[in-house]
Amino acid sequence: MSETQQSINPSRHFDELPDALPKRKIKLSWAGKIGIAVLVFWAIIVVIGPSISPYHEAEFLDESLFIVPGSGEKYPDTDFQPPSRIVLLGSDYMGRDTLSRILFGARTTIGISFIATILAYLIGVTLGIAAAVGYRFQYRGFTIIELDTVLSRLNDALLSIPSIMLGLVMIAALGSTIPLLILLTGIIYAASVFRIARSLGQEVMVSDFVEAARVRGEGLWWIITREILPNVAMPLATDFGLRFVWVILFISALSFLGLGVQPPMSDWGSMVKENLPGLIYGSVAPLIPSLAIATLTISVNMIVDDISAQTGGKLAKRMIS
Amino acid sequence: MSILLEVDDLKISARKDDDSLLPIVKGVSFKVARGEVVALIGESGSGKTTIALSALGYTKPGLEFDGGEVRLEGEDVITMRSDHLRSLRGRRVAYLAQSAAATFNPALTIGEQVTESSVLHGIFSQEQAHERAKVLYQALELPDPERLGRRYPHQVSGGQLQRLMAAMALCGKPDLLVLDEPTTALDVTTQIEVLKSFKSVIKQEGSSAIYVTHDLSVVAQIADHIVVLYAGEVQEYGTAEQVVSHPTHDYTRRLMHAVRPPPAAGQGDKTSSEHKRQAPALEVRNITAGYGRKRDGTTTITVLRSVNVSIERGQSIGVIGESGCGKSTLARVMAGLLPATEGQVLLDGQELKPALVQRSRNELQKVQFVFQMADTALNPKQRVDHILGRPLEFYLGLKGKEKRQRVGELLDMVELPQEFAGRYPEELSGGQKQRVNLARALAASPEVLLCDEVISALDSIVGANVIDLLRRLRQQTGVSFVFISHDLSTVASFADEIVVLYAGRVVEKGSTDRVLSPPYHPYTRLLISSVPELRVGWLEEAMRTQEAQAGIDRLVTLTEIGCPFFDRCPLAIKDTCDQEVPPIRDLGQGHLISCHRPESEFLH
Repeated sequence: MSETQQSINPSRHFDELPDALPKRKIKLSWAGKIGIAVLVFWAIIVVIGPSISPYHEAEFLDESLFIVPGSGEKYPDTDFQPPSRIVLLGSDYMGRDTLSRILFGARTTIGISFIATILAYLIGVTLGIAAAVGYRFQYRGFTIIELDTVLSRLNDALLSIPSIMLGLVMIAALGSTIPLLILLTGIIYAASVFRIARSLGQEVMVSDFVEAARVRGEGLWWIITREILPNVAMPLATDFGLRFVWVILFISALSFLGLGVQPPMSDWGSMVKENLPGLIYGSVAPLIPSLAIATLTISVNMIVDDISAQTGGKLAKRMIS
Repeated sequence: MSILLEVDDLKISARKDDDSLLPIVKGVSFKVARGEVVALIGESGSGKTTIALSALGYTKPGLEFDGGEVRLEGEDVITMRSDHLRSLRGRRVAYLAQSAAATFNPALTIGEQVTESSVLHGIFSQEQAHERAKVLYQALELPDPERLGRRYPHQVSGGQLQRLMAAMALCGKPDLLVLDEPTTALDVTTQIEVLKSFKSVIKQEGSSAIYVTHDLSVVAQIADHIVVLYAGEVQEYGTAEQVVSHPTHDYTRRLMHAVRPPPAAGQGDKTSSEHKRQAPALEVRNITAGYGRKRDGTTTITVLRSVNVSIERGQSIGVIGESGCGKSTLARVMAGLLPATEGQVLLDGQELKPALVQRSRNELQKVQFVFQMADTALNPKQRVDHILGRPLEFYLGLKGKEKRQRVGELLDMVELPQEFAGRYPEELSGGQKQRVNLARALAASPEVLLCDEVISALDSIVGANVIDLLRRLRQQTGVSFVFISHDLSTVASFADEIVVLYAGRVVEKGSTDRVLSPPYHPYTRLLISSVPELRVGWLEEAMRTQEAQAGIDRLVTLTEIGCPFFDRCPLAIKDTCDQEVPPIRDLGQGHLISCHRPESEFLH
């Protein structure tokens, strides 16, 4: 064999071939691009909404504004007015400007939902990863119970209670304030984040590179922060978008039931509820906030769908569970 | 002979991000005559599977036909309408995927799946199809053909499943079979059986086949013509005899060179005595280990039983056996990943704690583990310098400039360019990743390196390069190696000493020369005779031997009583081998064989 070894001079021509084609970058389709445009639009509104708003959210519009010159009308109705130059999107059931309330409400609705989702993630990911690393409570070398079992069963208990019912009971008992609303929503949604973080974490936990770190003697903290978190960050970020949508709908639902954001503060969910009677008069007042909620949630969904479609749909499947 | 399939100047390209085309297959032409087997051989990325799939008028997503024709009996399949293609696939051209385990649906019976496509195409009625399947089971030498169809995929062995996949493809009497690496994932003993069945059934059915593989010695057994591919181009095309015996192209010669010679005495490296000290570098004594711990401390599945292995300083030990024999478990016990239920692990004569968390950092540093799959053993989110730098920092406390310098030295050591420090694992090829994987273990400056099937997932040329590298590293560093593999030729070319494991027991142990020369343990003999040789006609010879007929492709059973090899052994003594644990016979110079038969009765 040594003869052939010398006679063959391996030429550079036969280099090792690369494993695969260069990875494609995520390119959003038109649906994703529209989604991003809508999202950016609402993000700008959150920042500058109140300053470009024509009126304050709680301001009752003066009757005199609605007097059509020369009609001789003295006390016109100010509620459920159709869109006009004075009220661009009409007025609501108490004669306030719908546009102003949407602009102010964007900050409340999106702000509360965003903070609540972040809270849900802080709680859910921390506990989910803690469950995934498989810590065991031991007594004299025997496992009494696994942390995973404790956390998962508690989580199952929380998930088994309908979230809106839990919200109703808690708010009825403790009163409706914005910090409580955020805390409550955060805890309720932490339950589903926990499940995703746990399953993602478990998948990474059994991979060879984590085992390699364990054989090296690395501590749990290193394994969590350097080996696991970077590998679950991307799917979790995508899930964040979806979870955010659920939280908006939850907060809106609570407000719709009158337990969320309290008047006179405006919030899209409560705006739908307040203005429901207007449907009878053909008013656009309940439709505008519904439309706002719809555009925001659908746009986030379109972005998430687009990303997960390009990462092979694996992500989407996992997030349904 | 009439021509069945004609591939004429076939071009296939991948569409890139900027809509430009990247050629994958660059004008390939070859012919398949009726009743002929044509092999496509090349490394991964050579386009061999892509070409084979074009016979079905199919390309993988992201690829498209870019020119040329693939004519099946004169009709171009590339331009064929999709409803015509549907009746072509499975009926006239059948495809056999690499992994039978992934191909079979675990929820349906074997019979349903084998007959499905021929019934679907209306070739046979269900009864006729079942009859046809039984004929095929017999032709493929599968056990109990009458009732096999009613069993589920998990009830048969891996080799049997692979053969059943052939039955599935052949059921509808296709003109052409496309076999995609059908034996690559199998043990040698299983591979030989599957190969033999494939060959005889193809002959019997008179069908043609395209056989895709990277293993030249497999091809030599089964193919009539060989097409050697590299980067989407034909390098050499000729009859099997001609290509194997008189290769004309450089690349073919390189492929041949990468095929390791059949295992024989006198190949192993000799331990240089300068590294020897009193205590062995690593020793395991009476190890019993398994999975699923019961309350009384024993295991529900015991994989290793009373295993003794000792590794001298600077020596390399090969651990060999079929899948499921406990090779990897042994490495995991040594590394501390799996605490043994009984027995001791000693490092430099000092006893190590069984579990990883109880071992000191210093002890961990001395025993490093190299994982089998470099793809999964490297964190995809860490750059190479980070991957290599961490053990330097962790064990040796190197920081900053010192660390960077050492990372550079390590890359040099495994023959990778310095620029790779800034790359992520996914930007490397399979062989390069395996080198990084090795470098990470070396970074700790270990005394013992546990290599678990480090080249099994690599192509033959790449694997051969990694073996060369390991040999050089051994000379440079004086590290002891535990080299685990199911490939006897690899182990034979690398190890000083070989440990043969069967069903969790050491059946033979000794220096490479002594293990690979008579007297053999019957199991070692079976393993050696199953390694394919690079010459036409080897398969027929090998199958005539008595061990092959007795011992190939049976399920490995873990038993507590008797010798586990009993039901595969040509020398088994009834009522002794199945009842009593075999004694260990010392044949001198550390050569141990565990068998009831005395030395004089071993096969030579």
